[in-house]
Amino acid sequence: MQEILQYLFSGITNGAIYAVIAIGFSMLYNSTELINFAHGEFVMLGSLCMVTFFGSMHLPLVPAIILTITCVALAGLVFERLAIRSVKHPEPIVLIIITVGASIFLRGIGMIIWGKDAYSIPSFSSHPPLDIAGAKLLSQSIWIIAIFLVAAVGLQLFYKKTLTGKAMEANAISKRAAWIVGIPSKLMVMMAFGLSTAMGGLAGVIIAPITMSSYDMGTMLGLKGFCAAMLGGLGSLWGALIGGFLLGILEALGVGFVSSGLKDATAFLLLLFILYVRPGGIISSADVNRF
Amino acid sequence: MTSHQTRNRICYAVFSLLIIVAGYTIENPYYIQVLTFIGINTLLALGLNMLMGYAGQISLGHAAFYGIGAYGTAILTVHYNLSPWMALPAAIASAMIVAYIVGIPTLKLSGYYLGMGTLGFGMIVNILFREWSSVTGGASGFIGIPTLELGPISFSSGRNYFYLVWGFVLTSFIVCQRIIDSRIGRALRAIHDGEKAASAVGVDTRKLKLQVFILSAAFSALAGFLYAHLIFFISPGTFSFIASIRMVTMVVIGGMASIWGSLLGASLLTLLPEWLHAFSEFEMVVYGLILMIVMIFLPRGLTRGLLDIYERAVKKNDR
Repeated sequence: MQEILQYLFSGITNGAIYAVIAIGFSMLYNSTELINFAHGEFVMLGSLCMVTFFGSMHLPLVPAIILTITCVALAGLVFERLAIRSVKHPEPIVLIIITVGASIFLRGIGMIIWGKDAYSIPSFSSHPPLDIAGAKLLSQSIWIIAIFLVAAVGLQLFYKKTLTGKAMEANAISKRAAWIVGIPSKLMVMMAFGLSTAMGGLAGVIIAPITMSSYDMGTMLGLKGFCAAMLGGLGSLWGALIGGFLLGILEALGVGFVSSGLKDATAFLLLLFILYVRPGGIISSADVNRF
Repeated sequence: MTSHQTRNRICYAVFSLLIIVAGYTIENPYYIQVLTFIGINTLLALGLNMLMGYAGQISLGHAAFYGIGAYGTAILTVHYNLSPWMALPAAIASAMIVAYIVGIPTLKLSGYYLGMGTLGFGMIVNILFREWSSVTGGASGFIGIPTLELGPISFSSGRNYFYLVWGFVLTSFIVCQRIIDSRIGRALRAIHDGEKAASAVGVDTRKLKLQVFILSAAFSALAGFLYAHLIFFISPGTFSFIASIRMVTMVVIGGMASIWGSLLGASLLTLLPEWLHAFSEFEMVVYGLILMIVMIFLPRGLTRGLLDIYERAVKKNDR
């Protein structure tokens, strides 16, 4: 029982991270029908910026997080402006290769700035781990889940309550119709890019204390976040959440009860399973669940 | 049609002549080695081009078949002491069987979803290579793969291996050209242009997609076999997600639906890292930039893109 609870805790922690990455994927796919293979690299940038701002420069926590997310979102906006908007005939395969090129480029930048070393930073606060029924919940896990909740609720409020959010949603449903009623579609796409990469940066921020950050950490995280997004249903916010947690928990249980070699395979086995059985994802009625 | 055929025959004659001349005149073993790698990568690009360029089905997991070819021959020759020439058909056959089994459910998907399905498959196979260490040697790799020998001829020297690889490339080019010019080739292009329309005029799209998937898996496995016996050492990193992406890049940069485009793409992507060594730590940055720039400005690949530029220049001069 205690064991299961411990696995569950680590699963939920990882799940929250996957969910944040998956939200970034989904958000972008919704407004641009683009799968950003460089998304994992923005997570890496977030993590390494956090290492610099919080770890080496010893900025206070909140400014460090804000500064990191701003940097990553700016990088995302530059990427959208230079690489994506310049494409004249956006076909999926061309966009896939451009984003893959961008991911190699960003990895190279990461290597130049931070070198090949792996860094770790202290937890956001130094509370002792909570003891729940014999299982330990690390203070950083609480931070991760709390920040995740704030982000998810914030996004939901942004999409449902603000005019900009509603305009973005309209633009995601139909660019043409949105354009007719006067929504600047290019700006909306840019904002989607900025938000999506900001979510990537946020994932990097919260993962930095519980893992070793290095220039090559992004690819696997990106792919897993992607699996989570697919699992829940690409393009849906709730799908990304469900997919993220499902993946995190199943992965943790797989490591605990089957074998640790299976850890990375879980995500892809689940991906294949969902694609064969229900390609639209767990939440698959696309109309109802667009953000 | 006949003029098209004559032109092709001339192309292949010139191509084989070039291979023979290159093999005779080039002395530097490093160049021979690089050219051999280009040959292996051309086989990979060609197989994938049949699937992506002609049939229009994307695969982001083809390195799995490359790996099955390489690990297949490694396991059979080292663990079971089989002759490599016996292992070759076995390795190719196992890749084809895997492609058949995976292809049935996966090829029902399309677009991004197909890309993701093949990506997942590729990752799982790669994890198998890494984790099943009693058979594959695990993350540290598989050593001691024997050299190829055919009677008195040993393929351990660079030149002989060069001829072997390029002989396979030439044969594969001709096989693919024949397929493309046949009824099947036309049906494949019909699927590329519109799957529903193709099936409406009587093309069995499901069967054909599966067949071309299996064919491209066979080419990748052949490349894997040649790679394993050239290097004598294989490790899971060679067949990772990055390798699959590199194959796709070769096809797209060279030019989709073009046999010679595969050769061009494979040559460029093999040579590029060699050239970029000069940039040392900026290597990845420059590589990424080149990929992005080519795709932004020449989205239809170099073959088509350069032809377009040339044609536009000719038109301008005429005016």
